[in-house]
Amino acid sequence: MSDSMNDLRFEEAYGELETIVRRLETGELALEESVALYERGRQLATHCQHLLDGAELRVTQVTANEA
Amino acid sequence: MMELPNNVFTVATLTAVIQDVIESEDLFSDVWVEGEISNFKSYSSGHWYFTLKEGSIQLKGVMWRSFAGRQEYTPRDGEHVRAHGAIKVYPDGGTYQIQADRLRLLGVGDLFRRLEETKARLRAEGLFDDERKRPLPFFPRCIGVVTSAESAAFQDVLNVLHRRYPLAHVVLSPTLVQGESAPESIVRAVGKLNARDDIDVILVCRGGGSIEDLWAFNDERVVRCVAASRLPVISGVGHETDFMLIDFAADVRAPTPSAAAEMLTPDIADLQAAARSAAALLEAAFLDDLRRRGEQLAMLAHRLERASPASLLAYDRQRVDGLTERLGNALRAALALRRERLNARAAALDSANPSAILARGYALVHDDATGARITSAQQGQHGARVTLTFHDGARPARLDPEETA
Repeated sequence: MSDSMNDLRFEEAYGELETIVRRLETGELALEESVALYERGRQLATHCQHLLDGAELRVTQVTANEA
Repeated sequence: MMELPNNVFTVATLTAVIQDVIESEDLFSDVWVEGEISNFKSYSSGHWYFTLKEGSIQLKGVMWRSFAGRQEYTPRDGEHVRAHGAIKVYPDGGTYQIQADRLRLLGVGDLFRRLEETKARLRAEGLFDDERKRPLPFFPRCIGVVTSAESAAFQDVLNVLHRRYPLAHVVLSPTLVQGESAPESIVRAVGKLNARDDIDVILVCRGGGSIEDLWAFNDERVVRCVAASRLPVISGVGHETDFMLIDFAADVRAPTPSAAAEMLTPDIADLQAAARSAAALLEAAFLDDLRRRGEQLAMLAHRLERASPASLLAYDRQRVDGLTERLGNALRAALALRRERLNARAAALDSANPSAILARGYALVHDDATGARITSAQQGQHGARVTLTFHDGARPARLDPEETA
């Protein structure tokens, strides 16, 4: 839970968000846990949106002396 | 004045002479030529243009619409044909060509026969087996592209990725895509990407061209290198209809470079929608969770209340009330019964009422001296005073003193 958001790639953030939703839907959590998950989920959703909004295609080339 | 050498021609004069020499020669005006069709193009004007090949030697050819429309079949690149026509000089291009009026198919050209042989051999080796095909990553983070850096194909790929999946990182591994050295160059370019640890998938592509231009992608070395690639490979070579051997060895075959870029990546619009819907689901799940807790709490509170002393007392009170009511009912019922019985008795008693009897004309006789009732003719002294009681009152009387009895 202590992952720094900025390091998460879209698919990781999205995957974790899906897991959180599923866990919330089981309804078998302690209230504090539920609230914490919800807050984490909110951050993940925002992070996903940021990644998509700010994405810019990066293009590089292999160097001549590579294998 | 300098004397001119006598073998100087202008370009036009020389070309006219060559044209004259060639076109007046009977041998060239009615000739059959065999070769492999290549670069075949059918224009909307109806004219056909092609090249007849034998190894590296080429003869350009044209068939005007009036003849093209009468041919039994439309040739395709790689086919071995025999063309009939006349050899003509084309001054504007400085070339000679066959102006064909007939084309006959002789059989599949060497190139294609060899290709089919290679294909059959590699297939038998299992290089094209479906079980070998690997799925492409759903979220390719780093895409290795094997193509020519200046090619339109690479631009197409970049355009698609830019629009569709800008989250990606593209690593170009440049290569020759046609010519003799192309196969080796492609193998090297694929190898460089496989040697890196940050690449998720390799896209090998080249835009459309003649079958010769694309031939490097039929090369066995290229096919084997793709089949052996550590990373999954998607191929996008030529146009929709071009099938190269590399396509059979690749994990996924795309019809064109752009299509390959599309097949390789999710659409950012879909991702945005997915992210929004996940956020909405999160809200809903959390609210549901809270509501469920609320409902559980309400239910517990209800149960608690039912189990409380006050509630138990109320319950007892209710039971007492119930019993009291039942008791009252029972009492009332018993009283009613009694009353009914009493009424019955009263009726019976009524029928035995003495005044009722007196009313029918009887009278009671009391001896005034003794107060006793005289109920027999033997009782009472002669001349005794008596009282006669009728139903409506009493009268004094006297028994006859003179009676003789």
